[in-house]
Amino acid sequence: MAAAESYPDDLKYHEEHDWARVEGEEAVLGITWFAGDALGELVHFEPLEVGSSVTRGQSYGEVESVKAVSDVVAPLSGEVLEVNQAVVDAPETVNEDPYGTGWLIRIRLSDPNEPGALLDADAYRQLLADQ
Amino acid sequence: MKLIYEKSQAGRRASALPRYENLPSPPELPEELRRSEPPRLAEVPEFELVRHFTELSTRNFGVDTGFYPLGSCTMKYNPRINERLAALPGFARLHPLQDEDGAQGALELMWRLQEILAEVTGLHAVSLQPAAGSQGELTGLLLVRAYFAARGEAEQRRTVVIPDTAHGTNPASVTMAGYELTPVRTDARGNIDVDDLRGKVDEHTAALMLTNPSTVGLFDENIEEIERIFHGVGALMYYDGANLNAVCGISRPGDMGFDIVHINLHKTFSQPHGGGGPGGGPVAVRESLEPFLPVPAVVQQDEGRFGLEYDRPQTIGKVRGFTGPFGVFVRSYAFLRMWGPRLREMSEVAVLNANYVLARLKEAYDLPFDRLCMHEFVLSARTLKREHGCTALDVAKRLMDYSFHPPTIYFPLIVPEALMIEPTETEAKETLDAFCDAMLAIVREAGEEPELLKEAPHHRPVKRLDEVRAAKRPVVKYGFEEHPDAKGEPKVAAAEAPKGV
Repeated sequence: MAAAESYPDDLKYHEEHDWARVEGEEAVLGITWFAGDALGELVHFEPLEVGSSVTRGQSYGEVESVKAVSDVVAPLSGEVLEVNQAVVDAPETVNEDPYGTGWLIRIRLSDPNEPGALLDADAYRQLLADQ
Repeated sequence: MKLIYEKSQAGRRASALPRYENLPSPPELPEELRRSEPPRLAEVPEFELVRHFTELSTRNFGVDTGFYPLGSCTMKYNPRINERLAALPGFARLHPLQDEDGAQGALELMWRLQEILAEVTGLHAVSLQPAAGSQGELTGLLLVRAYFAARGEAEQRRTVVIPDTAHGTNPASVTMAGYELTPVRTDARGNIDVDDLRGKVDEHTAALMLTNPSTVGLFDENIEEIERIFHGVGALMYYDGANLNAVCGISRPGDMGFDIVHINLHKTFSQPHGGGGPGGGPVAVRESLEPFLPVPAVVQQDEGRFGLEYDRPQTIGKVRGFTGPFGVFVRSYAFLRMWGPRLREMSEVAVLNANYVLARLKEAYDLPFDRLCMHEFVLSARTLKREHGCTALDVAKRLMDYSFHPPTIYFPLIVPEALMIEPTETEAKETLDAFCDAMLAIVREAGEEPELLKEAPHHRPVKRLDEVRAAKRPVVKYGFEEHPDAKGEPKVAAAEAPKGV
């Protein structure tokens, strides 16, 4: 069952429809409800390996639905600490709970100042309204 | 309906073939190559067989049954005369290894088709070998590689520029040819964003791949500026001929500055497609690229004689068996000869039809780029989605109830809830009006009774297919209950196999 539209206030957002939950020197990354809704039910998540690095604004994996294959863009840079195996096993988890059990990867931030450049929830909602 | 296997009864037969007589007996097959039991075939009488496949054919939808405005696919009518000519024994029974003396007519037809395609594209030489648009793309990019290798620039030229509206095959071909992809944005008028482009083209650029008119059905207004940018750094220009139907006899890719063009014979020049082919993806090139074309080349050797030429030391080699999909060439040649010097009218009517439909629909749907279109255009159902929860998919499914093939949806990716409509030159005004009436009725239905759309189609043999399950758990063969597959097909898959939908 797909989740209802929401953009939690405690998250930071990237204009390519990705979110980040910053927790000290680490961050959890995922895709927004809007991205999941636009793609439709996900059938595949192709992550990168633990220990590799991701760069802000660059792709760190692919999500695939019946409609399209889409790059997942990293909102922040860092080293991959953990990949959400639950999403690899059941990609539709992203549609069901995009900000909870549908997270994609956890990283150690390489630049603690980077989150400051991301959008807050209001700014992201405005970006969606303008599209 | 039932599968043919479900109609099977042991011992029933269609017509029996006569036994061969006075023939030498075939050599004995080694034991390990022989079947342990006969193949499992359906056993039905001839009339049952005919009824079965006739009924199946009524479940199909094609250009022969109705309007098929599938954007970017150019689903035009395929004249029956093409089939008659392709079936002439001199063409149909020709063996690909026939010696050249016995195949002069076929070689001449290929040579003449090459000449026509060179004229239509405004380029110098043509290879008919590639069997599809995607293979034409790969061939074109291999020509780019060979060209720069011969100039000693193979290491230097690393990137190919592609706009964000491109067909998915473009980036795939770039990757297969060993290049890196540089995407470029589309501006507010639907052209390539030239400012974005300037920062991305330099001495490392090998080529541009561009569809013009683009996949949003618009002619790029800055094509001359784009040509200066690429040729200014010594890069090549590749034209994806997906939308050639808009410009035949009006403007030529070669005159726009393109160096390599692939042509889709199955779109522009009426080879039937939609059932998976066969297609035809000839490649036309400027003179400087001719030495690299695939072999064998079909050439005119002296007046009135044609042959195959292999002696081309710089060729990229063969890209397909023999000389390519020959039956396709006969159909396209017949189609082109029927239009003759009036080919321009084909494109003019295709553009006129698209603009007529656009003019009738642009108020009712969202129009991302409000310009005169070429042979196709892209609408968006985003207002319908926002106000009534009805998506482009729902509109497409509902159109099936009105007996129209849906347009292309959710492509190009830069337009949300995209509906991409290409009527082609074939259709009469009455058909276009009936389609527009249906599209407008669907907008009204979305406001009054959105469930009509969301649960559509209502009048088709099958309702909505479970595409997610089909992608995740494809069941691609029938599960015989009393005859399970020896290799151990999972039980659950057998249980899910479709039976008598």
